[in-house]
Amino acid sequence: MSEYVNITIDDRQIKVRAGEKLLWAALDNDIYIPHLCAIREKERPNAGCRLCFVEIEGDTRPATSCTRTVEDGMVVRTRTPRVDRLVKTAFELILSDHNLKCRECPANRNCALQTIAKKRGIKLRQGRFKTIVREFELDESPDDFAFDRSRCVLCGQCVWADREVAKTGAIGFANRGLNRVVTTFRDRPLAESNCAKCTFYADVCPVGAFYYKKAAE
Amino acid sequence: MQLLEGEKELILACVDEVLSNNSKNRENLIPILQKVQVRLGYLPPLAMEKIAEGIKVPPADVYGLATFYNQFRLNPPGKHQVKVCLGTACYMAGGDITLESFERRMKIKESETSPDRLYSLERVACVGCCTMAPVVVVDEEVEGKVTPTRVDGIMLALNEENDKSNLEQEPEQGRMDSDELK
Repeated sequence: MSEYVNITIDDRQIKVRAGEKLLWAALDNDIYIPHLCAIREKERPNAGCRLCFVEIEGDTRPATSCTRTVEDGMVVRTRTPRVDRLVKTAFELILSDHNLKCRECPANRNCALQTIAKKRGIKLRQGRFKTIVREFELDESPDDFAFDRSRCVLCGQCVWADREVAKTGAIGFANRGLNRVVTTFRDRPLAESNCAKCTFYADVCPVGAFYYKKAAE
Repeated sequence: MQLLEGEKELILACVDEVLSNNSKNRENLIPILQKVQVRLGYLPPLAMEKIAEGIKVPPADVYGLATFYNQFRLNPPGKHQVKVCLGTACYMAGGDITLESFERRMKIKESETSPDRLYSLERVACVGCCTMAPVVVVDEEVEGKVTPTRVDGIMLALNEENDKSNLEQEPEQGRMDSDELK
């Protein structure tokens, strides 16, 4: 097997490393595919955000590009009516319980959700699903950063950074369904956990859930 | 939840035994939690921490798993356990109002235990007698058509029973002393 394979994404011929996942192959070649939960180094992708759908010629249904390995001669479309519909629905569901006070958010103009909305022409204020506003206590216990769960999209980037980069294991997912949150053991404030007080969380958060206190001022 | 006297030692011994009888793999986390819960009646934080230590996963993961599944309880079972059915029929008949009444009366939320460990409140999904909706199971007794007024009656009966067992001055083994109950 050769080291590189040729694939076609949106009529563009590109040469990518064999074994690469479709999502990263596209992003490396400046072809935009929305994504939140994808982590390049992670062997088994979460595939939880359901935003990176593409249509692959020969497949009966759209596939998540973060889980598909490139194959020689693959023909991929990033925008088809079916893909757009799936992405729009997934995006609107994410937004339905997201705190949309963008003006108060430190990630304003630097937010993955705003990028996706702009690139795909989807409104941030969706009206299709019932809006769920949840009250969370703001965790400002660490010195440099804070955690506002009302802005969290549960992408898992911070949990990954916590486990694989910081190697602490201070945070994880808890509860189920609509109550699912990123939290510490027994919901303690971050400063009371074994959180190493590093700022990885704030660095990797694609939205404004983990943020630097300085940036918020 | 405050641990009772001697409970800490009991938890540590139980976790030690379960861990030594099971291979300490991540895949074994659920069976280990189940076995610990069968013995202790619930999963105290101390047990979760010790289990996490034993099988070398972050405590946050054990907590995540224990909160994901309904079968794991994080609070000790109370002396009187009240289960409010919120299955379809009971929900339609106002089971949520019944649950709320109990929450107010017991001053705890669903899935919690009162600090004196007298009462614990749970929500369940269908106990199999939908014609009696909304249904509540108090200890082993099934109560049908439970309105908020009936909740008051149930609580009154339970309180009376507690007072009586206090008067008899017979603290059961492993339970709190009667003067601590008040």
